[in-house]
Amino acid sequence: MPKSVKVKRGLRLNLKGETEKILVEAPKSKIYTIKPPNFHSIVPKMVVKEGAKLKAGDELFFSKYSEKTRFVSPVSGTLVEIVRGAKRRVMELRIEADAEITYKDFGKMNPLSASKEEVKERVFSTGLGAFIQQRPYDILANAEDTPKAIFISAHNTAPLGASYEFILNSKMKYFQEGLNVLTQLTEGKVYLGVDADSTSDLKSLDNVELVEVSGPHPAGLVGTLVSQIDPMNQGERVWTVRPEDVAIIGEQFATGKFNAERTIAVAGNAAEERKYFKTLIGAEVKTLLSGQNPDGCRLISGDVLTGTKVDEAGYIDYYANELTIIPEGNHYRMFGWLPFKDKDIHSMSKTSLSWLFPNKKYDVTTNLNGEERALVVTGEMEEVMPLDIYPMQLIKACMAGDIEKMESLGIYEVAPEDFALIDYTNTSKIEAQEIIRQGLDLMITEVG
Amino acid sequence: MSFIRKKLDEIKAPFEPGNKLEKYRPAINALDTFLFVPNHTTKKGAHIRDAVDLKRTMITVVIALIPALLFGIWNTGYQHFSQLGEEFGIMEAFMHGAWKVIPMIAVSYAVGLGIEFVYAIKRGHEVNEGYLVTGLLIPMIMPVDIPLWMVALSVIFAVLIGKEAFGGTGMNILNPALTARAFAFFAYPTYMSGNEVWVSEAGAVDSISGETILGKLAAGTEVPFESIHMFTGVIPGSIAETSTLCVLAGALILMLTKVADWRIIVSGIIGAAAMGLLLNALPSFGVDGNDLTNFEWYNHLLVGGFAFGIVFMATDPVSAAQTMKGKWIYGLLIGLLAILIRTLNPAYPEGIMLSILLMNVFAPTIDHYVIEGNVKRRKKRLQTKTVKTS
Repeated sequence: MPKSVKVKRGLRLNLKGETEKILVEAPKSKIYTIKPPNFHSIVPKMVVKEGAKLKAGDELFFSKYSEKTRFVSPVSGTLVEIVRGAKRRVMELRIEADAEITYKDFGKMNPLSASKEEVKERVFSTGLGAFIQQRPYDILANAEDTPKAIFISAHNTAPLGASYEFILNSKMKYFQEGLNVLTQLTEGKVYLGVDADSTSDLKSLDNVELVEVSGPHPAGLVGTLVSQIDPMNQGERVWTVRPEDVAIIGEQFATGKFNAERTIAVAGNAAEERKYFKTLIGAEVKTLLSGQNPDGCRLISGDVLTGTKVDEAGYIDYYANELTIIPEGNHYRMFGWLPFKDKDIHSMSKTSLSWLFPNKKYDVTTNLNGEERALVVTGEMEEVMPLDIYPMQLIKACMAGDIEKMESLGIYEVAPEDFALIDYTNTSKIEAQEIIRQGLDLMITEVG
Repeated sequence: MSFIRKKLDEIKAPFEPGNKLEKYRPAINALDTFLFVPNHTTKKGAHIRDAVDLKRTMITVVIALIPALLFGIWNTGYQHFSQLGEEFGIMEAFMHGAWKVIPMIAVSYAVGLGIEFVYAIKRGHEVNEGYLVTGLLIPMIMPVDIPLWMVALSVIFAVLIGKEAFGGTGMNILNPALTARAFAFFAYPTYMSGNEVWVSEAGAVDSISGETILGKLAAGTEVPFESIHMFTGVIPGSIAETSTLCVLAGALILMLTKVADWRIIVSGIIGAAAMGLLLNALPSFGVDGNDLTNFEWYNHLLVGGFAFGIVFMATDPVSAAQTMKGKWIYGLLIGLLAILIRTLNPAYPEGIMLSILLMNVFAPTIDHYVIEGNVKRRKKRLQTKTVKTS
């Protein structure tokens, strides 16, 4: 019997603008961009200069403070520009793609017959380490660590989130190979969270501990999985990998080629062509718009709760599986604060009538629906927090920078995304994800 | 609508950043956001937000207070005319009450919001909506004949010492409305208790017997009311606390909208009923007790400010316990203590004010021990883990 995780506290947020389950090839981008800020807390040390000719899989930079972690190019072509920000921080590496991609050959490797050290060395030295995140702190995994377990969640419960089942459908062989690789990276088990109702092949894979997940968001977040299966303790490390990245890792071991194929679900009530697009990591946003003019809309690389805002002329983030397009909400609503007014705007609170229609799909905008205020209301954060955490107390400890309190309240068990629904639902409109991120960063500098 | 919006934008122009009236922005924003939910969009974090905001939450409490307020206004007139033995109709009673109560509300809002605006401008943050509720609560729990300047002084004390001194909305330890009442109670006891303050203009006529039921019980005089009077609220008392029926209507609104935590209300009632039952049982243990301890336990739930306090004051989320378990304990103790103070200390015929204020002070301690359970669980998990691996 597979393990099961049943989540009760959370919110099923039904939004208009779901992606149709149709997979199409996106037009080729001229430029592909790697954004080092996507790798939180990594300080890049460049190994190539502007103008360098690259193959897909050629090294671009490594991490200054953990040199074993290397980062490679998703495409073959010319490094045309290194965009720098304040203090000469590297913000973007822009690579003009060749017409035909050529790959660096890493050679095939059977992860199950190779030694653990060989597998680990290969993962981190060939750029695959960029796909592995660690808890605590929600940062890239350190090649020196051996995690107590590795977690993958293939059940996306986020509103308008891409279906990993659909994305992995054609990649099952490499996904299995990727799981084989991951088993060699840990002393413990590799856990895979799958929708309990799913009938897909994800439930019949080898070398993995299957976990059937059910319940509202954030049931599908990997943090929820960790907390229910094998909660984090101080000093421990857990690694997490996103589902499509497992397939990329597997393919690189099976074929020797770094194929940075990325499936992006275009979603949102303002998106015109809502399909799954096959492209490469770091593709241009406009290649996914199917000619749509996104004026007055917000383009989000990722989902509506955790994604980042991008421009029409920008690039998709390294890990994003969605491009969500919703209207900007820069308009006024007269007496919009009256209880039970505007039932077309979703609310978890019972001061709106929207709770009477649990299956209704809602239009959303980016309006804040109010203003930021002091924390007054209690008990509402707990309703969307399935982790064994006191969310408001932890947020306050982070705001105060009280390290001892953060530790005792469980800062090692959380990532900003675990607080995304609190961002959405809290009455005071505080930015919980941002506060938790700052808290985690403080822990990194003070405790490490 | 767009016309009003345009006009507002014109009025607001000199207050925008970079203009000379910039620092008064919170004041003009408070008025603007009262008319319109602003056009602000998400900058960080989740890109979409729930429709609820603090304004909506606070207005829901104000709506929940309206039945009790309207009844209180009418009852003020009713008590006045019926004690004087004059003929009167519903409208006359209502008009008399309004004549007394509305100036108190006006003073409370003017003084309190004035201070809030000054602090918002001084500290450069927006005006918080909490005072919309506090400002209405304060007159509702005062005796009707209290002079307006005492209302003003109580408000100043509550907002400055009770709230702003602790850092403003969300930081206060004590419920601000009860702080105002406690201030008046201890600073001007002759205006806050006795037999002349509960019926409007009672002091002018000698024959009036305007004592509250609890006052009568404490003094050992006979109570001329039935349970049904205590439930509907046609009895003397502070302005809007007398009608348990209207308070229940408010409680229903607050609990259905989840603005107030039902745990506090339910556990508070359980606590008060338990203490009432215990005191009622004293004679069977051979203890005589007094008129108050022998007062039926269910009547204890109906008279005085208990119902009003447990529904509208104990549930104030800032000064209450914040954890789920903590809320049960907090409510229960308020109920127990309210009836205990009421019956065993004749100097304070009503105990709910003191018991809530006391538990406000202890709420962080209750939370501390509840959260300590979570912390200990985490520590234990770590210990068993280390033992296993070593």
